[in-house]
Amino acid sequence: MGSQGGFYQSKEFLDLVKSIGEARSKAEEDRIVLNEIETLKRRISEPDIPKRKMKEYIIRLVYVEMLGHDASFGYIHAVKMTHDDSLLVKRTGYLAVTLFLNEDHDLIILIVNTIQKDLKSDNYLVVCAALNAVCKLINEETIPAVLPQVVELLGHPKEAVRKKAIMALHRFYQKSPSSVSHLVSNFRKRLCDNDPGVMGATLCPLFDLITIDVNSFKDLVVSFVSILKQVAERRLPKAYDYHQMPAPFIQIKLLKILALLGSGDKQASENMYTVVGDLFRKCDSSSNIGNAILYECICCVSSIYPNAKLLESAADVISRFLKSDSHNLKYMGIDALGRLIKISPDIAEQHQLAVIDCLEDPDDTLKRKTFELLYKMTKSTNVEVIVDRMIDYMISINDNHYKTEIASRCVELAEQFAPSNQWFIQTMNKVFEHAGDLVNIKVAHNLMRLIAEGFGEDDDSADSQLRSSAVESYLRILGEPKLPSVFLQVICWVLGEYGTADGKFSASYITGKLCDVAEAYSNDETVKAYAVTALMKIYAFEIAARRKVDLLPECHSLMEELLASHSTDLQQRAYELQAVIGLDAHAVECIMPSDASCEDIEVDKGLSFLNGYVEESIEKGAQPYIPESERSGMLNISNFRNQDHHEASSHGLRFEAYELPKPTVQSRIPPALLASTELVPVPEPMYLRESYQTPSVPSVSSDAGSSELKLRLDGVQKKWGKPTYSPATSTSNSTAQKTVNGVTQVDGASSTNSRTRETYDSRKSQVEISPEKQKLAASLFGGSSKTEKRPATGHKISKASTQMVKSHVPKSSMEVALEKTAPVQPAPDLLDLGEPTGTSVAPLVDPFKQLEGLLDTTQVGSAAAAKSPDIMAMYADTPAGIHDKDDGDLLSGLSKPPVTNMPGGTTTTQQEQRSKGPNPKDSLEKDALVRQMGVNPSSQNPNLFRDLLG
Amino acid sequence: MIHFVLLVSRQGKVRLTKWYSPYSQKERSKVIRELSGIILSRGPKLCNFVEWRGFKVVYKRYAGLYFCMCINQDDNELEILDIIHHYVEILDRYFGSVCELDLIFNFHKAYYILDELLIAGELQESSKRTVLRLVDAQDCIVEIAHQQASSVGNLIAQATK
Repeated sequence: MGSQGGFYQSKEFLDLVKSIGEARSKAEEDRIVLNEIETLKRRISEPDIPKRKMKEYIIRLVYVEMLGHDASFGYIHAVKMTHDDSLLVKRTGYLAVTLFLNEDHDLIILIVNTIQKDLKSDNYLVVCAALNAVCKLINEETIPAVLPQVVELLGHPKEAVRKKAIMALHRFYQKSPSSVSHLVSNFRKRLCDNDPGVMGATLCPLFDLITIDVNSFKDLVVSFVSILKQVAERRLPKAYDYHQMPAPFIQIKLLKILALLGSGDKQASENMYTVVGDLFRKCDSSSNIGNAILYECICCVSSIYPNAKLLESAADVISRFLKSDSHNLKYMGIDALGRLIKISPDIAEQHQLAVIDCLEDPDDTLKRKTFELLYKMTKSTNVEVIVDRMIDYMISINDNHYKTEIASRCVELAEQFAPSNQWFIQTMNKVFEHAGDLVNIKVAHNLMRLIAEGFGEDDDSADSQLRSSAVESYLRILGEPKLPSVFLQVICWVLGEYGTADGKFSASYITGKLCDVAEAYSNDETVKAYAVTALMKIYAFEIAARRKVDLLPECHSLMEELLASHSTDLQQRAYELQAVIGLDAHAVECIMPSDASCEDIEVDKGLSFLNGYVEESIEKGAQPYIPESERSGMLNISNFRNQDHHEASSHGLRFEAYELPKPTVQSRIPPALLASTELVPVPEPMYLRESYQTPSVPSVSSDAGSSELKLRLDGVQKKWGKPTYSPATSTSNSTAQKTVNGVTQVDGASSTNSRTRETYDSRKSQVEISPEKQKLAASLFGGSSKTEKRPATGHKISKASTQMVKSHVPKSSMEVALEKTAPVQPAPDLLDLGEPTGTSVAPLVDPFKQLEGLLDTTQVGSAAAAKSPDIMAMYADTPAGIHDKDDGDLLSGLSKPPVTNMPGGTTTTQQEQRSKGPNPKDSLEKDALVRQMGVNPSSQNPNLFRDLLG
Repeated sequence: MIHFVLLVSRQGKVRLTKWYSPYSQKERSKVIRELSGIILSRGPKLCNFVEWRGFKVVYKRYAGLYFCMCINQDDNELEILDIIHHYVEILDRYFGSVCELDLIFNFHKAYYILDELLIAGELQESSKRTVLRLVDAQDCIVEIAHQQASSVGNLIAQATK
């Protein structure tokens, strides 16, 4: 279809595109674009521009902005364009505004009206254009303006409109969940739409809804399973096939939804086993899309209630992925392994060599994915190897984002699994040294706390050993140039607190070092402040120990300097230091007790020491303080109770606040009032909520205090958190735990045979593996089956499994399923092209537009060449050769069998190429046309003419 | 969810950008610069995925043109690869053996097609035929305006093939 290949723009625009295409540098390109902007600015504000001209200007604006320049001067014209009556012009206007404006732009308010009008249009194409704009432009505030109309469009006779309306509602949901929360039933209804496209689109909002609240959609499990089954059985129209797979994108979406619904729910999961198992068997693993589905199956299997057979199939697919030559599949394999490892931890062992190969692969993406996997399987036996590797990699990269991530992972693993204090300190030092400025300041605080508190054991000698080894290592590191600020803060603090504690180093040595730090990093006020305070501590300890204090000359000069500092903080610290030095031993002991960093400092939050003052003022006639809640008259007794309950049971985060009707009021109640109502009983609604969420827990109504807090946390996590196999509380269902363990054990036993064989195979096939690699493998995977699992993966029960038994499945699921089977049946005539879409629209076009179109064709100067296809067609018959090298290129590209990266892609592409008769002719036409316009594919980009699919 | 779609030539020239998540003009330029730097320098045998700022960017090269899509951590990369391929196939069907030049001069059409394929960062239609039919329906009006009604029959005939 050569008609689309024509170029309807003016010569000017083509010249612009051409000159930009030939620009040799970014600077040249910028110059051209700036020039163009000037032209457009001038032209666009001229009076009485014909619509067609204006349309082109707008497209030129889009082009300018696409190249990264500011075209905001023309936004208003694009907005005006959306008001136009002609769809042709309107469409350009909508395209431009959706590309130009973000949802918070001021101009949007000018478009809302037009959108409202267009949503009511008789022409479904206008409605579609408006819905496209709705998805991009409508923000939280303007949702109510269009919502009723969009909802109405869900019943539009055209499936394209219904589909877009669904997607628009999905967008609204993402922006403001409350605005569409009452429309959930509409989504459910659209799931049964006659048109598979609409059904497929509905899965998007449903996926989001289910992510947030699984429980209210459990009744749809059966429906989703039956849809998936029918899709897999090719019951959808052929048009939805993609590379011989039946509607693969819909399958993937459904699998994602099933993964959510089946998570921790045995009953729901059992419904899914058959269909997922079928998919494992049916999927064509030679095509990319087949593998995409297989990968999604693995994700699903690892999320739902474990099933031995499915896990085995998943493991098979993973090993196929890992053994593949394609990096993409290896990457997916590593990712899938990371998912499955949570359920069957020993699966990694058989792939150890593949994993190590990926770790050493030059491809950064693959390497990072592998580190992610290692992070997931770290335990105390292999932590040293893994963290060392991570740190080496961290040092080698420049990407700050990833550096931060990997640094925080190192810290986390080190804190969790450190085999020794020595190692821990060394590791932290390395992390701080190389990524110090990137790690969260909290990590530094944690490290200081850890050094101060020790590892929690009562062994004082171990703690002091830890401290002195830290001090020693820090003194050594201080010699290095350019340390990160955060690290220096830690060093200063530790040196001040423990530098002289073990008597190994003299005070003058430590203070000398601290003064050096303050001098070397004189631009960093925080470090300086830490250093001065550390100096003060050292001197205080010296004085308290009745030793003679000699202020070093450099310390003296530092103090002098800071006494006159512009920073009040530094100044104050310097004055404090000066004052402390002048005090006697007894006074110093009081203000700076030795090793007191772990002592709690009591803070009187109620400000009770001011009570006397308050009473005095009231006696003098001052107004007593009225809390805000009382002032606004909102106080009622139930709030008292709720608040009281929070205070009594938890001082942490108030998770339950979200579930109460008037959450805003509570937080305003001052603690003073609460104290007076301490004995009011805990309110009913809390318990109802709890017992609903954890029906099997017996202790709910009787217990109080910490266990209650834990329970509630759990319920809330279930509701708001991501549903995974999170560690369940010990109070919930011990029976279920047993059964699950049973299942996993059985799974392990039944698949051991194949597994060991495979391990053996893979080892045998790679005999030439270097001993180094084997050693690495051994240290990474060696003890995996014997040693303890990582705590988080140990118990993988979520109480949801018991909870759902009593869910509301029976009521509507049957009828929904019944409804479903009918509509999902192929309705071929719906999608049939026999119905000529063009004709139904044509009469709506107004005659003026046609005139306009006439103008259009006549004025398009150079592009008129496009209208002489006959001459061009002759090229098709002449063999190549007369043309220069580019044509040769093109033709050779055509004669060669098309090579695609995707193995499955080749066959269909070939078919398509063959089915398109005028293929070479088209290309030649295009070529000749462009040449006439003066565009020559220079050596700069010889690919310009090559078929993308060729 | 797809956060943005990016078409960049091997020379680093931008051919098409579509942003589904809000990015300021400044951020956009930075993103394009950063990503084209990363992607264009990658070897042919490596993964088609890049982890970037906590997101993943899936890219695929067709002739001299890179199609990139930025997605969330938990999205399926292989699926995105096929969405890209799906788009290219539709472009190919629409333009008739599409080449980079088509997209250079008719970038607005590439946008229209993309709008029928993806909406709000999600795949809205997975049937090639439906997408083409809608785009053609819109083009029909254009065609009529251009007094080229004769090609409408061709269009439909082509699409039904």
